[in-house]
Amino acid sequence: MTGRSFGRAIIAAAAATLALGLQPALAQQSVKIGFISTFSGPQAAIGEDMRRSVELAVEHLGGKMAGKPIQIIYEDDQFKPDVGKQRSEKLVEQDKVNFVAGYIWSNVLLASLKTVADEGDTIMISANAGPSQIAGELCNKNFFSTSWQNDQTPMAMGEYLNQKGVKNLYLVGPNYAAGKDMLAGVKRTYKGKIVGEDYTKWPSQLDFSAELTKIGSVKPDGIFIFYPGAHGVQFVKQWAQAGLNKTVPLYQVFSIDAITLPQQGDLALGTLGAQEWVNDLPNPQNKRYVEDFKKKYHTYPSYYGAQSYDAIMLIASAVEALKGDLSSKDKIRAEMKKANFKSLRGDFKFGNNNFPIENFYIQEAVKDPQGMMTVKTIATAVTAAKDPFADKCPMK
Amino acid sequence: MDYLLIQMLNGVQLGLLMFLLAAGLTLTFGIMDLVNLAHGSLYMMGAYFAWTLIGWTGSFVLGALLALPATFLLGVVVEVVVARRLYARDHLAQVLATFGLILFFNELVRAVWGPEGKSIAVPAFLDHTVQILPGASYPAYRFALIVVGAAVALLLAWLVARTKLGMLIRAGASNRRMIGALGINIELLFTLVFGLGAVFAGLAGLMAAPIASVKIGMGDDILIVAFVIIVIGGIGSIKGAFVAAMIVGQIDIVGRAFLPDMLKTFMDPASASGAAPAISQVLIYVVMAAVLVWRPTGLFGQRS
Repeated sequence: MTGRSFGRAIIAAAAATLALGLQPALAQQSVKIGFISTFSGPQAAIGEDMRRSVELAVEHLGGKMAGKPIQIIYEDDQFKPDVGKQRSEKLVEQDKVNFVAGYIWSNVLLASLKTVADEGDTIMISANAGPSQIAGELCNKNFFSTSWQNDQTPMAMGEYLNQKGVKNLYLVGPNYAAGKDMLAGVKRTYKGKIVGEDYTKWPSQLDFSAELTKIGSVKPDGIFIFYPGAHGVQFVKQWAQAGLNKTVPLYQVFSIDAITLPQQGDLALGTLGAQEWVNDLPNPQNKRYVEDFKKKYHTYPSYYGAQSYDAIMLIASAVEALKGDLSSKDKIRAEMKKANFKSLRGDFKFGNNNFPIENFYIQEAVKDPQGMMTVKTIATAVTAAKDPFADKCPMK
Repeated sequence: MDYLLIQMLNGVQLGLLMFLLAAGLTLTFGIMDLVNLAHGSLYMMGAYFAWTLIGWTGSFVLGALLALPATFLLGVVVEVVVARRLYARDHLAQVLATFGLILFFNELVRAVWGPEGKSIAVPAFLDHTVQILPGASYPAYRFALIVVGAAVALLLAWLVARTKLGMLIRAGASNRRMIGALGINIELLFTLVFGLGAVFAGLAGLMAAPIASVKIGMGDDILIVAFVIIVIGGIGSIKGAFVAAMIVGQIDIVGRAFLPDMLKTFMDPASASGAAPAISQVLIYVVMAAVLVWRPTGLFGQRS
């Protein structure tokens, strides 16, 4: 490099730094939302589904909240808590976002909570993960959930199994925070006998032959599983290949959905799951969302996407109410808490710990008229359910 | 008794699958002294090639057979373009470069095949269960895995013990400088061995595909266990890799199938079911440590 071009490089660098310094002033004009999800590696399909729904929400809002342009900054947690925390920190400190949303994984959310909600004093919206700690003793005025607390969905499943009279149940799940919450959740409400309980290595175990052989020898009335994403595909395939689909029914949470169904195909037909949102819920905003999503992406949206869509709409409701003035955190929090938006679930309100109080439905895996695998609502398991940790939260 | 037999079969099937992956790894590590973290990527590519080729041909067997030469070619390309430059470097450089390859292949797959996983259905003629004993049935596809895995292991044993190539491979594993000095075309041998390792990894990947799923990073999870196997078996030894894979397969199954009940005999049920998964997850590493204390070069290791 010659002396002259070196000089030019310095000037260019200085100009670039200056431009960076100017950015916050410009950024005041837009509503900045950081969105953390998994966009690389084996679970990237979930992140992609969430991103699609966020983009659809922005489109439905006309690209603006209270007249201000919406700027979404996506960050990849790589399915790792340490990376998720670091990316969250970047969003809060460097990008100075107004909101941080997303979070598929409980362990990533737990690692990032302090950074965003406490140190960063920034509003945080979980569009999926719901660890028991944040619903209970770690509840935070800056934290809101548009999903559920981990225990709730399996609790709804447990209630349904009681109604159906399933006498005994075998539980299988992955050995990490959410896996333990999910299995504990079904045990909270299920009144029959638990005849077996296995925790498998997460995320590296992809062979379930030992567990399935055990189940085959115990012959329970049902299997309850929690295997999100790719693991759900593997479990369902191996359950069917072992011939257990003819003898032991599968009840699941978060293991058979719009993302995994194209791969599970016919093997998943007839399996039942619990969920707080189903693509056929009869409200106008949900009809529009599902139709537009299918038109745009030629596939069904999943609850991950629906919860992400709701997260953006929740933010929009607060920004609109404040007419775009985001200077007071207290006012934003107060508006968020009102949940004055049209959720894809229909009625939506927050409990004292900022987790939703909501219905849970039972959905069956079926084929739609075009031959595409999807799920449809067959029953309501519980109505206006509150999570079991809300009482431990000091917030009122 | 049936239950025990089926669980043992599960262990054998798992072990054979791991053996296919470990065989290539132990060869490249033993002969070229190359720590190839990207071996799992070849496993993944084998599965993706098979997915595409099965789609094109409409036949599982034909697609799988075509995927093998494709993985071989990929192995050769990786060897010529990247791996060859790493033999003379230290292990740290190799780890860095081959880790880079993992990232490259994962993103390549995402760009070409998309982020969502793919699914290979079990071929129709194997989509049932077989009665191995009265009252005990086993998925036919897993049974086929055992047969193919065992056949490949025998083929490999024959290749290593009875052929010229095998002789060179064994010679290379015990003293690679010497075979170079004797006028053997080392470059060609290395390329062939690397390609062969890729074929076995690809075969493992495509055979695992119908029971697992074809997804980005599918090889990364399984690679750690493959490394444990080659360390237990002794680096460079095919026989060692086979024995170690069988041991690891059985231990894994025992840990998952029997440990909770074993613990319940002297612990209360709640803490037994809590402790069992924790213990079974570290069991293979405990065995590895024990083997290394007893035999620092592994069960069949040749180098000191």
